Amino acid sequence: MARLIAADRPSTLKVETGRLARIDVPMIVVFMAAASMIAIVVLLLLFISWQGIQLFVKDGYSPGTILSPTWDPLANTPAFGLLPFIAGTLVVTAGALLISTPLSVGLAAFLSEVAPNWARSVVQPALEIFVGIPSVVWGWLGLTTLVPFLSDTFSGPLVVSLPVVGKVFSMPGFLTGFSWLAGSLVLSVMILPTITSVSYDSFRAVPQELRTGSLALGTTRWQTIRHILIPAALPGILTAVVLGMTRAAGEALAVQMVIGNSPTLPAAITQPVTTLTSQITLDMGNTVFGEPWQDALWTMSLVLLVLSIASVVLVRLINKRRMPL
Amino acid sequence: MINGYRRIGALALAATLVAAACSSAGASPTPTPAPTATPTPAAMTDTPAASTASTSTASTPTPAATPQCVSGSITTSGSTALQPLIDAAGKQYVKECPGATITVNGGGSGTGLSQVAQGAVQIGESDVKAETKLPAADAAKLVDHVIAKQGWIMVTNKDVTGVTNLTTQKATDIWTGKITNWKDVGGPDMPIVLIFRPQSSGTRATFKSVVLHGATEATGGQTLTEDSNGAVTTAVTKTNGSTSVIGFAYYNDPSNKPLLNGLQLDGVDATLANMTAGTYKLSADGNLYTLGTPAPGSLTDAFLAYLMGPEVQGTIIPSLSYAPVVPVK
Repeated sequence: MARLIAADRPSTLKVETGRLARIDVPMIVVFMAAASMIAIVVLLLLFISWQGIQLFVKDGYSPGTILSPTWDPLANTPAFGLLPFIAGTLVVTAGALLISTPLSVGLAAFLSEVAPNWARSVVQPALEIFVGIPSVVWGWLGLTTLVPFLSDTFSGPLVVSLPVVGKVFSMPGFLTGFSWLAGSLVLSVMILPTITSVSYDSFRAVPQELRTGSLALGTTRWQTIRHILIPAALPGILTAVVLGMTRAAGEALAVQMVIGNSPTLPAAITQPVTTLTSQITLDMGNTVFGEPWQDALWTMSLVLLVLSIASVVLVRLINKRRMPL
Repeated sequence: MINGYRRIGALALAATLVAAACSSAGASPTPTPAPTATPTPAAMTDTPAASTASTSTASTPTPAATPQCVSGSITTSGSTALQPLIDAAGKQYVKECPGATITVNGGGSGTGLSQVAQGAVQIGESDVKAETKLPAADAAKLVDHVIAKQGWIMVTNKDVTGVTNLTTQKATDIWTGKITNWKDVGGPDMPIVLIFRPQSSGTRATFKSVVLHGATEATGGQTLTEDSNGAVTTAVTKTNGSTSVIGFAYYNDPSNKPLLNGLQLDGVDATLANMTAGTYKLSADGNLYTLGTPAPGSLTDAFLAYLMGPEVQGTIIPSLSYAPVVPVK
C-alpha cells in the first residue's frame, strides 16, 4: 500500500517525511506504552523471584524444603514444606479440568456446528456474563449453597451404602462438605467460559472445505465433529484447556472459601485440602514483612509464577504446531 | 473473546503495582510519625496531660469532654478485629475536628506492625504484642498503647444441643483432637468439626495461649481453616457439629446470634462485665503501636488521647462489644 502511494505520487515524498515528523509524538506514546508493559513484566519477574528465594538465601532453608510435606510455621524450628500446597493446587485444578473440559468442548462444538443462530445469540451473551461474575461471588455461592448441599447429600445413608462411591464418601472429612471436590466444582464453573470461548474460536477457524468434504463422503454430523473437526481444532482446544488451567491454578478467593484449607496432602476427593493461592491469602495479612513465614509465602508466589510461565510456554508450543494448518 | 495475553498483562500490572507499593513503603526515608502542625498555644498547655494519658493505661484520662483538635492527617492499618473501633472513633474525631483526616486501613495485625515499624503508617493496630511478631530490634522501637480489651467466645452450630459450658481442660481436649465426639462432653452423638483461624491470626494465637496453654492443635481429617471472623461465623452456622472461636462483636450481631450457641468457659459467661472483672479469660489487649512516643501536639498524640477519653472509652467502645481499659464514671 505504502509503496503504491509512493509510486503514484513521487513528488509528494517530501511532504510525506514532514507528515512522518508530525506523527512521531503518538508513535513515541505508543512505543512507551509497549516498553513500559515489557518493563513491568520484567520488574515483576525480578521482584517475585528475588522475594521467592529469600527463604533459601536469607533464612537458610534448603531448596528441597519446597517438596517437604511438613508445614508447621509455629514449631520451634519452623517447617515450611510446600508440598501440601503444590499438590493441592494441582489436584484441585485437575479435578476442575476433568469436569469442565468435556462440558466446555461439547458446548463449543454445539455453538459452532449445531446451534441455530438464535441459540447462539442467547448462549454467547450468557457466557460473557459468566466471565464477568467476580470470583468472590462464586466463592460465596459455594460456601452457602454447594458446601451444605455436598455435606447433606453425600453423607446421607443412601450414598454411603453404595459400593465404591460410598466408601469414598464415608472417609473422614466429608461430613463438612469443605473439600477438594467442592473446590474443583466451583473452579469448573469459573473456567467453563474460558475453555468454551477459546475452543469455539478454534472450531470456527477450521476451514469450511473440511466440513463440506466430510459431509460429501456421506458422514453424519456427529462423525464429522468427532473425526474431522475435533482433530483439526485440537491445538486450539489444548490452548483453551491450558488457559483454563492457568486461571484455575491462580484463583484464590473462591477456592479458599470452600476448600477447608487443611494443610495436609490430598488423600480423598472428599477431604479438605489447601492450595498455594488460598494459603497466601490466609497468611499474608498476619505475617510480617521479612520474617521466614512471609518469605515462604513469597516462595509460594514464585512457584505459582513458574507454573503460569510454564503454561504460557506450553500454549506457544501448541500454537507453533498449529501454524502449518 | 478471551485474550490470554491481555489477561496475563493485567495480572502482571496488578502484581507490579502491589510490588511497587511494598517497596516504596520499605524505602520510606522518614520513620518519624510526621507531626505536621505547629502546636497552637491551647494544644501546648494540654500536652502534658494528653501525653500521659496516651502512653500509659493506668493514668487517668483528660476530663475534657471535647477532643483536643489538631489538624493534619494520619493513617492507620492493622488488625481487622480492632478496625471497626478505630474506624468509628476516627470518624467521630474528624467530625468534631474538621481539620483532621484519619485514614483507617485493615490488612491484619502483621501488616499493621510491619507498616508502623517502617514508618509507612502512624498507628499500627495489633491483637498480639509486637514482640511475638517482629524481630526484637524492631519491636523495641515501638510504643504500645492499650486502648481496649477484646473478647472472644467459643461457639457451636445450633445442632450441638446440651453443651453450654466447657472447662479449659475439655476445650483443650477438643481442640487438640483428644475428644472427637460431642457425646463425650454432654452433647449429641455427633463428630466434632473444628474450624480454625489461620495459624498467623491473632485470634488463634490468643486462644492457643489462653485456653490451650500452648498445646498443639489437631490437624487433618475434620479440621477446617477459614480466613476471617465473618467466614468462620458463616461456616459454623452451615456445618453440622462445628465449633470455633469468634469475636464478641460478631457473636452479638443480631443476625448471627440466633444461629449460634455461645459457650461458657470454665462456667463463666462470655460478657463484657466478666471480661472487665477479669473472670472471663478469653480476652486480649487491643494494642495500638506507634514508632516511638508520638510528638506532643501531633495529631497522632491527640487522637490517642481522644481514644483514652470518656467519649471513646465510655460510649463507642462498649457499643461495639469491646471493653474499656479506663474506669468510666
